[in-house]
Formats: sequence, C-alpha cells, structure tokens
Amino acid sequence: MSSLTAPLGALGRASLGGLGFVGRVTLFALAALSHVLRPPFYAREFGQALVNIGWLSLPVVGLTAIFTGGALALQIYAGGARFNAEAVVPQIVAVGMVRELGPVLVGLMIAARVTSSIAAEIATMKVTEQIDALVTLSTDPLKYLVAPRVLAALLVVPVLVAVGDLIGIFGGYALATGSLGFNAAAYLNNTINFLEATDIISSLVKGCAFGGLAALMGCYFGMHSGRGAQGVGRATKYAVEAAAVLILAANFLLTGVFFSL
Amino acid sequence: MIRLRSVCKSFDDNHVLRGVDLDIPQGTSMVIIGGSGTGKSVLLKCILGLVTPDAGQITLDDEDVTRTERDAFLARFGMLFQGAALFDSLPVWQNVAFRLLQGRDRMPAEAARDRAIEKLRRVGLKSEVADLFPAELSGGMQKRVGLARAIAAEPEIIFFDEPTTGLDPIMAGVINDLIREIVTEMGVTAMTITHDMTSVRAIADNVAMLHDGVIKWTGPASELDRSGDAHVRQFITGSAEGPIEAVR
Repeated sequence: MSSLTAPLGALGRASLGGLGFVGRVTLFALAALSHVLRPPFYAREFGQALVNIGWLSLPVVGLTAIFTGGALALQIYAGGARFNAEAVVPQIVAVGMVRELGPVLVGLMIAARVTSSIAAEIATMKVTEQIDALVTLSTDPLKYLVAPRVLAALLVVPVLVAVGDLIGIFGGYALATGSLGFNAAAYLNNTINFLEATDIISSLVKGCAFGGLAALMGCYFGMHSGRGAQGVGRATKYAVEAAAVLILAANFLLTGVFFSL
Repeated sequence: MIRLRSVCKSFDDNHVLRGVDLDIPQGTSMVIIGGSGTGKSVLLKCILGLVTPDAGQITLDDEDVTRTERDAFLARFGMLFQGAALFDSLPVWQNVAFRLLQGRDRMPAEAARDRAIEKLRRVGLKSEVADLFPAELSGGMQKRVGLARAIAAEPEIIFFDEPTTGLDPIMAGVINDLIREIVTEMGVTAMTITHDMTSVRAIADNVAMLHDGVIKWTGPASELDRSGDAHVRQFITGSAEGPIEAVR
C-alpha cells in the first residue's frame, strides 16, 4: 500500500513546498514594497543601486540589443523573401523589438547581471553576519538593502528597455541600410509610422515588471541564503533561475493582457 | 540586569538550548564558555532578538525583551561580531559611526566622523585608517574597528562574540586588554562568549559554563579553578577525558 501512496505523498510534499515558496516570496515582496513607501529612505543606497542596475548595465544591454536587432532584420528579410515581403523588415523589426525582444532580452540580461550580483552580495553579507550587524545597529535590512534595490530596478529597467528597443531598432536599420539595400529615410519613416503608443507602453510596463522581479529574486534568495560559500553559490543560482523563469512567465501573462486590451 | 529563565531553542531536531537560566548583573562582565557548537552564539542572539527562543523568558531590567520597543532596546546594545561583520561597501569611519548616522537623532556627518576617529584612537588605530575600506585592513585591525563600532554610540551593554578567534596570541592579548579597559572605564554590562581561556581570565568578572543546552556551572572568575564541576575542570584543562565528549 505504501509503495502505491508514496508517489502521491511525494507529489503532495512537492506541491506544498511550491505553494509555501510562492507564499513566502509574496510576503517578502509585499514587505519590501511597503518599505519602498515608508520612511526612512536611504538615498545613498538608492543612488548606488540606480548606478549599478541602470548605468552599469548599459553596455551589456546595448550589445545584446544591437546584435539582436541586426539578426532579426536579416531573418525577416530572408524569411520575407519567400513570399515577396522583404519590404516589411522595418515594421517587423520595430514591433518585434519593442513589444517582445527588447523587454525580454533586457529582463534576462538584468537577471544574469543584476539578480546574480544582488543575491551574491546580500548572501555574503548574511554569512558574514553583516545582516545581523545591521539589525543590532537598529537598521532594518529590508529597508536598507532590499527597498532601495527594488525601487531602483522598478524605475531604471524600463529606461534600459527603452534604450534596448532604440538600439535594437538601430541594429536592424544599420544592417538593412548597409547590407540589404534599404533606403535610410524610408526605413525610419516606416518604423515611426508603424509603431503605436500601446507598443511602447507595453514595453515599458514589461520593463518595470521584469526589473521588480529581478531585484526581488536577488534580494529574497540573498536574504535566505544558507551557510558558507556553498550557500552563497546556491542562493545566486536559485535567484537567477527564479528570476529568468518568472520574467518569461510574466512576459507571457503581460503579452496576453496587452493583446486582450 | 539581564535575566534568562528556561530559555529553549531548537533547529529541527537539534535542541541547542534546553532551558538556560542565567543572571548577568548590571555593570559586570559575564563570560560564557563552552565547546564549539554548544549554542553560545544562539544564546547571545536570543537576547538580542536575532533568534526567537521557542520557550522561556529573557528580561532586561525586569522588562520582557520581546515586549520592549525594538529601536530603544537595541540602542542600549553594542556588539562585536566574531568576524567583525564590517560593511564592505563603507569606509571605516562610516562603519564606526553607522548608528550615529541613522535615525531621527542622527549626527551631522562631520561630528559623526570626529566621534568615529576618537573611538578608533581609543582602540589604538590612527586617524588615517578612517578612510580605508575594511578589505584593506588586517584581521586584528578589523576586530578593533568592530570594537570601535560597538562602543561608538556609548551603549550600556556590550556583547562580544569570540573576540579573539583567528588572532595571533599577541593581538588576542591586545584585544582582551582593550575589552577589559573599555568595560571598566565605561561601566557597561558585558557578555562575552569564547572558548579561549586566556580571554576568560582577562575579561571575566563572572563565568558561566554552557554544555548540553544548559548552564552547568556559574560563578566568579576567581573561583573557576576550584569550581568542583567536572565539565569546567575538563574545559579549562583541555583534557579529552571527562564528561564532555571529545568527538561531537
């Protein structure tokens, strides 16, 4: 009998574990967001987070976007040629970058670069008792470490997404006008005329959501790190995995929401 | 007076504290001794509220520590952590002045920096150290900076967690002497956890032996060698023979 019920038991334990994780992360996110709104505010930590998450991510975001925009233009041109639709390259590059690839790729780059760095930094602070030291110095770690990073990510990742969108479109433009014989003025005209306000709004909303998720996962797994170097490594790995999966899941949900509007 | 009554704490099946009773009178220096992994740090963290006990009561001046206003309670404490726990991203002076720069009554940065340098001098460090980052300091210097941070806000109670671990005997002696001087000159209540018997003899007014989750013996440091307790005797002689298992 027990061999028959064992898989059910394992499934139940896994389900409970999963639900417990979702509950803990949700409570953590609510607590973090409540600290974003309540004083005291740590302007210095917020400023540092803005620089680390925003300014220092620009090179990787720019490189990712420019290569993706160029490759996208080439794919659309090659694919479109099969049914004489090469002329749609500017429109598809623009809508593809702004609605989908810009936010998702920037989100994943932020997960790789920022989530890992936040998780490793906070986890190291935890294993070296710096978090305990903060508490004994009457400073709430959620307020001092988590709130500034989450707020900075919520504000600056949409800006990164906008920059990524522009650079991606420029990548497509450079390739199309340089190698595929497109007229520069006509390319820009087609791009600008085709994009709608909702495309840009959906891109920025996605950026905001992905930035929040990336920072929250880094902070959550950092604050709940195990002991020693292995604990820091695990926290970093889980944080990046969780952030990447949640960003893709949120992208699916948000795309559905924007399509239904 | 810090008073602990029947304090228990378990982590899953590991019953670390099984009913600790201990009194630490005001203005005295209590040293908790015991082997590695016997729950000394957990006991200290229970008092500070960093770990929540499963059962028992901890009072500070007859007030239950779980019911006091948290910021006011913590403002009475200073703490030197085992690895100093300095904030890597801040220069030394901001580490020392951290509490002074926070909260409603925060000091202007210039005054906080002056206080930090004064405290650094008190622990034998030059003012040039103030602008370095913790990673640029030796282990002994980091411990001194941690000590300066613990005393910066002139607390009533200071906790020292393994203050000499990882230091050479000479630096350990310097830190022990500093702790003794500071405790005497500031008139604070001190609680130190250590398994370094040199520290015990240098720092302690009273000693308590923690083993198997309970206090096995407590008394004045002067009576340590004639305690009559087999656990204490084995611990201070460092013998493998006795009631404390050598391999745990």
